[in-house]
Amino acid sequence: MAATLFDKLWETHAVRGFADGSALLALDRVFLHERTGSIALASVLDSGRLLPAGQRVLATMDHVVDTHHARSDNTTMPGGTKFIQAMRTTAHRAGIRLFDLGDPQQGISHVVAADLGFVLPGFTYVCPDSHACTLGALGALAWGIGTSDCEQALATEMLRIARPKQLRVWVDGELSPGVSAKDLALHLIATHGSAGGERQAIEFAGPAIRALPMESRFTLCNMAVEFSAFCGLVAPDERTVAYVRGRERAPQGEAFEQAATAWLQLATDEGAVFDREICLHARDVSPMVSWGTALEHGAAVSGRVPLLESLPAASRGRAAKALDYMGLAPGTVLAGQPIDAAFIGSCTNGRLEDLRTAAALLDGQRVAKHVHALCVPASGAVKRAAEAEGLDQVFIQAGFEWREPGCSLCFFAGGESFAAGARVVSSTNRNFEGRQGPRVRTHVASPATVAASAIAGKLTDPRGFFPQQEEL
Amino acid sequence: MSALQPLTVHAGVAVPLLLANVDTDTIIPSREMKTVSRQGLGQALFAAWRYHYDGVQRLAVNEEFVLNQPAYAAATVLLAGPNFGCGSSREHAVWALADYGFRVLIAPSFGAIFQGNCIRNGLLPVELPLEQVQLLVAWVAAAPQQREVTVDLVACEVRTSDGRIWPFVVPEVARSRLLEGRDEIAETLAHAPDLAQWRERDRHLRPWVYAADAA
Repeated sequence: MAATLFDKLWETHAVRGFADGSALLALDRVFLHERTGSIALASVLDSGRLLPAGQRVLATMDHVVDTHHARSDNTTMPGGTKFIQAMRTTAHRAGIRLFDLGDPQQGISHVVAADLGFVLPGFTYVCPDSHACTLGALGALAWGIGTSDCEQALATEMLRIARPKQLRVWVDGELSPGVSAKDLALHLIATHGSAGGERQAIEFAGPAIRALPMESRFTLCNMAVEFSAFCGLVAPDERTVAYVRGRERAPQGEAFEQAATAWLQLATDEGAVFDREICLHARDVSPMVSWGTALEHGAAVSGRVPLLESLPAASRGRAAKALDYMGLAPGTVLAGQPIDAAFIGSCTNGRLEDLRTAAALLDGQRVAKHVHALCVPASGAVKRAAEAEGLDQVFIQAGFEWREPGCSLCFFAGGESFAAGARVVSSTNRNFEGRQGPRVRTHVASPATVAASAIAGKLTDPRGFFPQQEEL
Repeated sequence: MSALQPLTVHAGVAVPLLLANVDTDTIIPSREMKTVSRQGLGQALFAAWRYHYDGVQRLAVNEEFVLNQPAYAAATVLLAGPNFGCGSSREHAVWALADYGFRVLIAPSFGAIFQGNCIRNGLLPVELPLEQVQLLVAWVAAAPQQREVTVDLVACEVRTSDGRIWPFVVPEVARSRLLEGRDEIAETLAHAPDLAQWRERDRHLRPWVYAADAA
């Protein structure tokens, strides 16, 4: 019978099925971080239960550590030092490889997991962080969990999961120059709501997805949780195989070829049925920016904040509260809104491709005088690769700070926030109230939009920086 | 983790917070997660809405916020909007709600990771259609302290003292876990032999998953 990519991942990992359709799934890889990893790990160690084989679990510092140069265990995050040291102590006790401060591989878990080939196509992967779904871009079944589930994952290497419904998001055509996977995700969420993919396993498919480079696929799957999905997936293809080949923890030689053959068979079979399908055309996607405090509050940068009466009745109260928080009136034109700060980084858009895109716009330019601009590469590997290309100099000469890897100002890592009331354009994943600091007004956008806006000092459609195709 | 406090029938004051997409950053901001312990987070629940601030310095209680209104001081049931608990997987959101004293959350839907975290911590997430939650809010608001809401996990229904009954559905696994307060890790470890068998098969099918084990 024709099976979907998700069906195949589920069947190959179902250790035991239950009458209610749920199954105990075997877990191939677990990644821990200092925010919640040490809590889960300490519980397991204290219980005397066994841990999985060492190579299947990694730990990193990303959520609490500073991203300043010459950083140490001392952080301005209240209590942060305890988290950092507890992660180090528990990882050491458990014999788990930790990418500590100063380690060349240190960085955001989901990005490091891909950098290293720790997660490969067809794997199951969990991390006590909602953006674990990022790794679905490899054709891996990857989802975020809480601390208790993490404790169970470590103690049993299994989690009992209710089988999610399946949604295929089919995207025809090809994204226009200056329009990115981030814009596609924001477009999808603005159109179908923050809960539009609720608890579903989403496969992103179609010509526009096939045409996306791997790093864009990571961005897209990363945003699946912002659509309230269980996970996001892209079927492995030749691009996936080329991305994985030669990575530190990927198989080598003949073993790699054998694995690659198996990975290419994971794609959804012709005629397989999804519970639901959303179809869209890539040409309908424009550079997007959020205007409120949930990602369904999104519009084209060239558009306007909607009028409240144009929204569904049930959403108006929340939208009005959001606009009050954001200091925007209904109907306001988004492009031209003055900004105070610009941030490029995070597990969503802190990879090499994101940095290259932003740097191409920033080359020879200066950010507006009043704009505080930062770039935080997502991992040590990304940072070194960017520096090897001279991108760090482009950012610095344009007036950006160039930081050490970590989650940084996506939220409160290192105890850092933007100033109260600041309007920030950010390549991160959440515009929630207070996410980037008390009273901070976050506009989530693509790296290109962040760079273009930083230069202009106001929200700016980046397409002016990209040669556009002739209208046919 | 130790066994949980079982939950069968709960009656309590219900407090309305009927906004859509209330995220876990709002339930507990990152800057309030100062401890590696699961306890003591109740004071940080909804911190940005519950207190007035100067920067990160708490100045005073925000009297207007619903949790701070005297009529709701004893609330143990939260009436929330769609997609409650979306966003970050931080289990601290559930620990803060439980530590504050909540036992039951009623909403049209919940963030998936958050919902799982609730069940792991003995906090019951009940899904009722938005119209029913709105009716409950309207009924409760007239006299919050007198109009307790009863949530019966044995019968799977929400009851009000004026005789209305709304049935709800909870997956059986979650229901029995909450009713009995069972330790899920011990339960799963009982299937360790199944995993061992699966692993034996999988080593042949996907040797590359295990290549590093021997190293």
